[in-house]
Amino acid sequence: MSASSTRTGRARPPIARKAWRPVRAGHGFVAAYCVLLVAFGVVPTVYALKFAFTDAGAHFAGLSNFTSAADDFRFTPALEHVGLYLVFWLISLVVLVVGLSLLLHRMAAQGVSKALRFLYYIPGALAGAASVMVWLFLLDPTVSPVGFLLRAFGYDTFGEVIAPGHLPILFTLIAFWTGAGGWIVVMYGALNNISPDILEAARIDGAGAWQTARSIQIPLLRKWIVYMVILAFAGGTQLFVEPQLLSQASTGVAGRDYSLNQLSYDFAFENNNVNTAAAISVELLVVGLVVAGIFVARSGFFDAD
Amino acid sequence: MTAKVRALRAKVQGRGRRRAGFLAAGSALLLATLAACGGGTSTGGGSQGFSPVKQTGGKLTVWVDSSRLAAAKLYQKENPSVKMDIVTYDGDANGSNYLRTKVSLFNRTRKGWPDVVFSSQNNETSWAVQAGFTAPLNKGLIPSSTLAGWAKGANDPCTVDGTVYCLRNDLAQTVLWYNTALMKKWHYTVPTTWEQYEALGKKVATEHPGYLVGSAGDPFTPEIYMWPGKCGANNVTGPKAVTVKATDANCKRMASLLDTLVANKTLSTSSVFSSDFDKNAAGKLLMMPGPSWYGGSLFQSTFKTPAHQIAVAPTPQWAGDSSPATGDVGGGTWLLSAHSTNLKAATKFLTWVTTSNDYQGKIAPGYPAYAPAAKAWLANQAASGYYANDITAPLQKAADQVWPGWGYGQFSQEAIWAATVTPGQTAGKSIVSLLPAWQKAIVNYARADGYTVSQ
Repeated sequence: MSASSTRTGRARPPIARKAWRPVRAGHGFVAAYCVLLVAFGVVPTVYALKFAFTDAGAHFAGLSNFTSAADDFRFTPALEHVGLYLVFWLISLVVLVVGLSLLLHRMAAQGVSKALRFLYYIPGALAGAASVMVWLFLLDPTVSPVGFLLRAFGYDTFGEVIAPGHLPILFTLIAFWTGAGGWIVVMYGALNNISPDILEAARIDGAGAWQTARSIQIPLLRKWIVYMVILAFAGGTQLFVEPQLLSQASTGVAGRDYSLNQLSYDFAFENNNVNTAAAISVELLVVGLVVAGIFVARSGFFDAD
Repeated sequence: MTAKVRALRAKVQGRGRRRAGFLAAGSALLLATLAACGGGTSTGGGSQGFSPVKQTGGKLTVWVDSSRLAAAKLYQKENPSVKMDIVTYDGDANGSNYLRTKVSLFNRTRKGWPDVVFSSQNNETSWAVQAGFTAPLNKGLIPSSTLAGWAKGANDPCTVDGTVYCLRNDLAQTVLWYNTALMKKWHYTVPTTWEQYEALGKKVATEHPGYLVGSAGDPFTPEIYMWPGKCGANNVTGPKAVTVKATDANCKRMASLLDTLVANKTLSTSSVFSSDFDKNAAGKLLMMPGPSWYGGSLFQSTFKTPAHQIAVAPTPQWAGDSSPATGDVGGGTWLLSAHSTNLKAATKFLTWVTTSNDYQGKIAPGYPAYAPAAKAWLANQAASGYYANDITAPLQKAADQVWPGWGYGQFSQEAIWAATVTPGQTAGKSIVSLLPAWQKAIVNYARADGYTVSQ
């Protein structure tokens, strides 16, 4: 913005150059992105598709890999686990992220907002696996700094904390703690983009905080929320690090074969069946794409305002 | 606005098409590469098919767990001319499958295999032979005179169709560890049958509440109790065949014994390696059935139990059973890579690490599987004066009594117990009531690994 305004101030700038330079920069960025997309997105996808439709001898196998995945005794439970986790994770994400960023926005005038934004963001700065490790300590009453809280709930041992019924909630907690902070900052940015005139007009019309949020801010945030849900859904269906690390920390008591991604991992490395593993990852890809498609289509995500 | 959007879309599509063309070309190339390099994924080596790769020497890559790190370091110290790359990993403990995962990846990339690997599991041959990872050892690499030195049956888990594919590091025969000071003080006698063991547990619960007669909170609990109790949950009858009878009379009998002692709190339900156990239970052990390595690894180094207290007795038996049985908790193995470009140095290290008195006789925490080293190890243990009685006789005897009705399958019994029985136990269910679920889980995992299951 400031660059273009200084440039217009200059005497007779070369027109072609002015139009060309940002385009070239754009191409540069997109090209770098494309290289990464091809290397780490498209090539592995093609690789997975090839494996999903062939057998160990690389002959076309039709849908047999998909049926053998679905027939496995771990498949249906894993599907249920991931489904339940998604319900908890998506609802808590949308409600709490939107709520907290609205709060943050209201407090913008006061100094605490900056400090809070920083606080929300810190956990997100830790790499995924590392932040899960933090939780493994938090959840063990004998070493946890919040052990008194766990004991207050009646959990005296790690085993009681990680009982099978608690897992969806625990994974939601971990995922929220590690991932929501970034989204709060994004939503806060989006809220700042809403013209103060609109909010001013609403206030003059007598709208309170609740009404402003419901009728103006949330509708204007809709696209951001959709965007968040699409990415969170894709991330949620691919649940892996949390249960896998928990399984290792608990010597296999909880979290083994918990999610579809883990099942895919087990097929590849435990049962030496890369083809069925690929079939599961292709299923996850298809589910992610379909859900994203529905959300995009229903929300008018790409409509220009 | 719609016109604008449509124009944009057309533009995007045009670009998309171009990109798609590029991708198609790229993926065709990729597929061609795959077809050339991929191919044999599970066409294992088989017992006859071992032909060493070109021996180019270079660094000797050795993978060990933290307990075996001392062995590799000592070898490096004694042989400074050997270039070694020592890597520590989790040793596949509790069925972690790290080695299998990595080998499967190395088999795809056709490089990266370590030359020699230690694994704390003794079922590695069940997959490693098929994956073509392990080199046959009794076909020229290690003289049969050396192989004859292993304890009877010690290399059974390493042997497939008469070919030895790994060497047993240590035996993990179960015995009954007990605290002589407490036994004497309270005038108890060491139980020789499971019935006496249970009775003593009940007595302790009323006379000295808080004290323990064992632990049932580890993934290897079935190997300490179910195995010597002759429970038929894991009868591996062939390379890909298993008979699972996890609800038979012996399993039920042992499960109800465990339930009784868990209920009266004389059996801990925490893992012996947990911070909880170390803090609350380690000082309150009257006795504890467990493998031979409990002595060095647990009592001496983890719990720091004072000397002259811990003693060893034979594993209890069912009353009236004339053929004594013990269990086996791990007992690691050493594998030699069939892909090694440094077979001579690798074999030399492998032989040293499994047989030498310098390591196995003096430093090793567990009972050496190589008999001459075991003798030196036992003499050393006796000389150290840590134990309150002579541990030689009961350990030697137990080594020959490992019950053969429990096998070494590809599926991890430890992982299955941990995921099926432990959470139920934590939720307050009895082990007896969990036996059908345990049975079902073993059958499922065995089938998933391609086993034919009889029930």
